[in-house]
Amino acid sequence: MSEQKDRYGLSHRFIKGITGSSIWKSVFRHGYANTDKNRALQITSNFFLHVHPIRLKKHAFRIRFTWCLGGITFFVFIVEFVTGILLMFYYRPVVEFAYMDIKSLMIDIPFGAILRNMHRWGAHLMVITVIFHMLRVFLTGSYKPPREFNWVIGVLLLINTLLLSFSGYLLPWDQLAYGGISIGTNMARAVPFLGHEGPFAVVDKYHDVRFVLLGGTEVGPVALLRFYVLHVILLPMVVLILAGVHFWRIRKDNISGPL
Amino acid sequence: MENDNKVVEKGKSATDKEFVWPDLVFKELLASVGVVVLLVVWSLLVDAPLRPEADPAWTENPAKAPWYFLGLQEMLVYFDPWLAGVVVPGLIVAGLIFIPYLDINNPISGEYRLGKRKMATLLFLFGFIMWFVLIFVGAFLRGPSWYFYWPWESWAVVKHSNEVLWSFHWLAGVVFLGLFFIGGTFLSIVIGKGFVQRLGRTRSLIIIFLALSMFFIPVKIALRLLFNVKYVLRTPFFNI
Repeated sequence: MSEQKDRYGLSHRFIKGITGSSIWKSVFRHGYANTDKNRALQITSNFFLHVHPIRLKKHAFRIRFTWCLGGITFFVFIVEFVTGILLMFYYRPVVEFAYMDIKSLMIDIPFGAILRNMHRWGAHLMVITVIFHMLRVFLTGSYKPPREFNWVIGVLLLINTLLLSFSGYLLPWDQLAYGGISIGTNMARAVPFLGHEGPFAVVDKYHDVRFVLLGGTEVGPVALLRFYVLHVILLPMVVLILAGVHFWRIRKDNISGPL
Repeated sequence: MENDNKVVEKGKSATDKEFVWPDLVFKELLASVGVVVLLVVWSLLVDAPLRPEADPAWTENPAKAPWYFLGLQEMLVYFDPWLAGVVVPGLIVAGLIFIPYLDINNPISGEYRLGKRKMATLLFLFGFIMWFVLIFVGAFLRGPSWYFYWPWESWAVVKHSNEVLWSFHWLAGVVFLGLFFIGGTFLSIVIGKGFVQRLGRTRSLIIIFLALSMFFIPVKIALRLLFNVKYVLRTPFFNI
């Protein structure tokens, strides 16, 4: 016994002192020794991990089954969330300032360029991973009963991801943004019935869906503010809620697997 | 009763299950680290684009939508905006949402067994690949005024179009669309032996309609590129 104590020495006693303290125990409520009980508690007693089941069928661990695509998509969303909040400290969604704010991010502000680059490239990455996540779920037939409705939620998340990326596209207020959003929103003119140039139009250009989207007949200051609010509040909230339901349903139905 | 079943199932499959901690959580951590490394390196090497400030009086030529919508923009060459920008994306979204309720042919789930789901896989991959082919053309092969430019051609060379487009007579258009959609439906029912019985009439008809609509896109593209057809059907209200 005393021999063992000597071998571990000071550091061992130091660690024991910390993990044995009442403060440590108030945070971590179970031991870390490799027992079934601890491995279960590691998941269930942790808020961030408890969306996982305690145990899973072996095939679900294989990377070549899921390719981690859903998880990666969510992780990129978190990256977008964090970088997006930091960008909001430097960006004003007003025509007079928007472009210069982005310009100064790229030139003046410490780490501004990498912050914006990560947000921009992360948005592209998220669109790619969410599309390929859908491909994976299709190819494995994972939308078969009882998971049909979770596929529907997934489609809504895909659309929201595209809308998030699209609404962010306008914010730098440069030629690329202006041209891209003009082209995109011009499509709304052609909506049947509700677009002023669409078939069977029943509204003029001051009352059609494009006007609602842009808050005017052209891409202007009101559109910039609308896209900003959609981009930083409304759409992320929708994504968070839908993603929460998406994960919860996977948890309830279990991950798909061979019969 | 539901709970009872769960207990039995748990006891039965207890052997082929594995603890999530730490194996799966560790893989998730590795994936996250990989994504962070990728994004940081990418962001250090390549700056996000920032062109001159927006100027409503001056538009870029070509003005391109974000890449994931370029497939739709590319379709504007072949279809009016209400089709390319509204009906086609609407059908894509509706079709995607319907998939689990239409594809009830067999319960194979949770593994890659494409050979057992040939029709579903073929239809999905056809749309998936077409989406990316159109994006590729829109992103890399379209230059000023949306003219076709090979990657090695300079955009400085101004292109002009001297092709004269023509449209079907409205009667011919009705016959053509009727043949394509109604004839195509009967043909699918005859060729796909017994799948109407397996899936039910409503499901089969929705699948056939969505598939024919999807196939109509390359058909129209071919008519345009090979025979300079502008519209298959002209009416005073809309053109297809």
